[in-house]
Amino acid sequence: MNILLDLFLTFAKIGFFTFGGGYAMIAMIENSCVERKQWISHDEMMNVTVIAESTPGPIAINCATFTGYKKAGFAGALAATLGMIIPSFVIIYLISMLLDNFLELTIIANAFKGIKIAVGILILDAAITMIKKMHNKKLPVTIMVCSAIIMLIINIFAWDFSSISLMLIASIVSLTVFILNGAPDQKGGAKK
Amino acid sequence: MIYLDLFLGFLKVGCFAFGGAYGAIPLIRDVVMSYGWLSDEMLTYMIAVSESTPGPIMVNLATYIGSSQAGFPGAVTATLAVVLPSFLIILLVTALLKTALKNKYVQAVLRGLKPCVIGIVLATGIYMVFTNCFGTVTAINVNIQAVIITALLLTSMSGYKCLVKKKLSPVLLIVISAIAGIMVFGV
Repeated sequence: MNILLDLFLTFAKIGFFTFGGGYAMIAMIENSCVERKQWISHDEMMNVTVIAESTPGPIAINCATFTGYKKAGFAGALAATLGMIIPSFVIIYLISMLLDNFLELTIIANAFKGIKIAVGILILDAAITMIKKMHNKKLPVTIMVCSAIIMLIINIFAWDFSSISLMLIASIVSLTVFILNGAPDQKGGAKK
Repeated sequence: MIYLDLFLGFLKVGCFAFGGAYGAIPLIRDVVMSYGWLSDEMLTYMIAVSESTPGPIMVNLATYIGSSQAGFPGAVTATLAVVLPSFLIILLVTALLKTALKNKYVQAVLRGLKPCVIGIVLATGIYMVFTNCFGTVTAINVNIQAVIITALLLTSMSGYKCLVKKKLSPVLLIVISAIAGIMVFGV
């Protein structure tokens, strides 16, 4: 089979069958691309996961782009990434046309009132999981706590201050502290 | 123009979405609220739908918001915009700048970014759980039904963890919350 088509279909399958995104997908990608198709090695796969953590965007997309590029250059990257996106695009697009009508039914509206509560808890739970994995060092913990407090105040008083500005400030603070400390020569210090 | 707004809004999300799907949710909330695209209520519903359907949550949310604002072309615009930054960055990193991420200054920036994202997600979670149960801080209004469901969900989560030694999957939690919603808000 044509490699571009193969990349597209393999990632479309992964995109179609993995729920919840993120780390659930890594297992699926490892299974398809490393074990069955042998497109990339296990070490390469581990590398992408590390890169994915340091770059923005969905991890699944990062993996798809990387594998596609390794196998078939730019066209491969494009085929794999599109394959990853299209199944969820189609599903969500169909849902978006139906959701408003569904919500007019009382029973569905009530279900969503319950679901809304679960979403808040899921986000809080995700934050707690990330905190547990954090380095227990002074600077990251201070940045985390300050960001949380500032973000809470922004939310409560509905201030017009975007979280992106907050992220830029945190980066500048961290970089400044690093330079003031004489920029010690440590490589990959943020990795566990 | 709506297409340009969708493109730029989601490009911003794609550029700063560190820390996976949950890291992106506060950013998407920011963008959606500042353009007034969806109510907070609708956005929360869609987060749950995105969590329960296949595919990356960020992509799902972009598709939905794009489609709700400008139909099919809007959905395509928002989805491509949210993916474009990570696509280009990975190409750049794998093709040209193999060592860029190991650069000590890049690492210093990332050491500041990551805890900040965690703080933002924490604040968003606390704020959402609080407002669901007690309304806004400036106008406290206890919602007993919501408090009951919150307690029920927290109990299910910790109960499941004790019994099965594994985390309750998000999809299962959403199913439980939907049933609880039908029962508690239905009476």
